[in-house]
Amino acid sequence: MRDVAIVSYAQTPYQSSVSAQNEVEMLMPILSEAVEKSGIPRKEIGFTCSGSTDYLAGQSFSFVMAVDALGAWPPIRESHVEMDGAWALYESWVKIQTGEVDSALIFSFGRQSMGDLPSVLCLQLDPYVLQPLHPDGISLAALQARALLDAGKSSEREWAQIAVRSRADAKDNPDALVKGDADVDAFLAESCVASPLRPHTLPPVTDGAAAMVIAAGDLARRVSEKPVWIRGIDHRLDPHMPGVRDLTVSPSTAKATEKAGGAAGVEVAELHAPFAPQEVILRDAMGLGSDVKINPSGGPLAAHPMMVAGLARIGEAARQIWGGKAGRALAHATQGPCLQQNLVTILEAD
Amino acid sequence: MADANEPVSVVGIPSRVEYTYSPGRATTRFLRAIEQKRLMGQRCTGCGKVYIPPRGACPRCGLPTDEEVELTDKGTVVSFTVVRVPSENIQLELPYAAGSILLDGADIPFQALLRDVEVADVRPGMRVQAVWVDDAELQPSFTNIKWFHPIDEPDVPFEKFQEHL
Ligand SMILES: [Zn+2]
Repeated sequence: MRDVAIVSYAQTPYQSSVSAQNEVEMLMPILSEAVEKSGIPRKEIGFTCSGSTDYLAGQSFSFVMAVDALGAWPPIRESHVEMDGAWALYESWVKIQTGEVDSALIFSFGRQSMGDLPSVLCLQLDPYVLQPLHPDGISLAALQARALLDAGKSSEREWAQIAVRSRADAKDNPDALVKGDADVDAFLAESCVASPLRPHTLPPVTDGAAAMVIAAGDLARRVSEKPVWIRGIDHRLDPHMPGVRDLTVSPSTAKATEKAGGAAGVEVAELHAPFAPQEVILRDAMGLGSDVKINPSGGPLAAHPMMVAGLARIGEAARQIWGGKAGRALAHATQGPCLQQNLVTILEAD
Repeated sequence: MADANEPVSVVGIPSRVEYTYSPGRATTRFLRAIEQKRLMGQRCTGCGKVYIPPRGACPRCGLPTDEEVELTDKGTVVSFTVVRVPSENIQLELPYAAGSILLDGADIPFQALLRDVEVADVRPGMRVQAVWVDDAELQPSFTNIKWFHPIDEPDVPFEKFQEHL
């Protein structure tokens, strides 16, 4: 295995709507920032991979239009995944492992404000027996939350505490969208959006983009004073049909954590739990102790740009290491209904 | 009742997703100008190329195209096609010509209808000008230009536009 490190990361300030900007306008500043911070000239970056979905903009091939932001001339090696940007990182990491390239630029973007995300997420379900019932993204998360309550594994109070903690931590993150002091009892007095989920347990509608540059061993050491090493990265998935799964557990997260190197020694974990109850499932699957600081960035409850939030967890975990807040960090990304797919990355300082 | 063993070949699953589209800063400026019957392109700060309609970036350089450039509504046909096959989406009388038009001062062509000309007479290098809707009908839309038609100016030699095909 080749050593691979994150050498730079940039993200937009997350907003509830960036309607003034198109995708390209949103991307250009952060692509420039990530490339500049990487210390690798743009034309020397070996590979570029993006993660996004055209369903967000309702515009076919919007992922191709995003290439306008790259300056892809002379032609570059470029790829795209119809997944969160975390999976674009995974493809780039594999590309570096093949030995074909030594560096990669990864980016992802989402303008969720243009459509209705819960309805869009319904379209990823089985088209014959599930989609016709129109369970949207929130309803499915509510089923999962209800299963947790019924199993006695969590409580509405615990979810409110997670939301209070997220908003408090987000105060220190200039890019976060939902932040501030909040009160558990006030949260519990809210009425449900889809029982048992109250508004504070839901991810905010968010527009934004993120970009990252990774590089192989020697190059990373040469261009970066403090490369953040990807010690392990693993992607596992559970069955697509929520009905065939025990929604209170996440075997794929447990497996991915184990294969990525395990949670032992992890000081910080950035978890991509779009809905507060899902954080309980992830912590349990990973075996995270109470000494592990969860989502110091504020996490997905503070900003959840669809297709970006997973890559942002990895970027935020890297920032914790760059900032000296952790020596070993875990970052998690999810995709699919009810935490179906899970990608775990273990990051370390030198 | 269908045979229980007969394969299901068709299912109907109505689905609807609505979007509120916004085109971004660059295209918004273009659309606001065309509402005033003006054609605004944007120049790349790196290579100097002028794009119309602009999307805000130079795909060659990956840089913002911040400088606004007003262009005339005259240009040159750099390429064209003649449509002879009917389609339910086409309301026009067949055959008709559509061309790639390079506005004077622009570096990329865009597509538009070519009318008031026999299709047999359409050729690369032909000088054309926009035909606009009536002023009362102007809106923030590219459809303000109904089509382009020939003007009495000498053809432009191929060498002058070959970079812009
Ligand atoms: Zn340029």
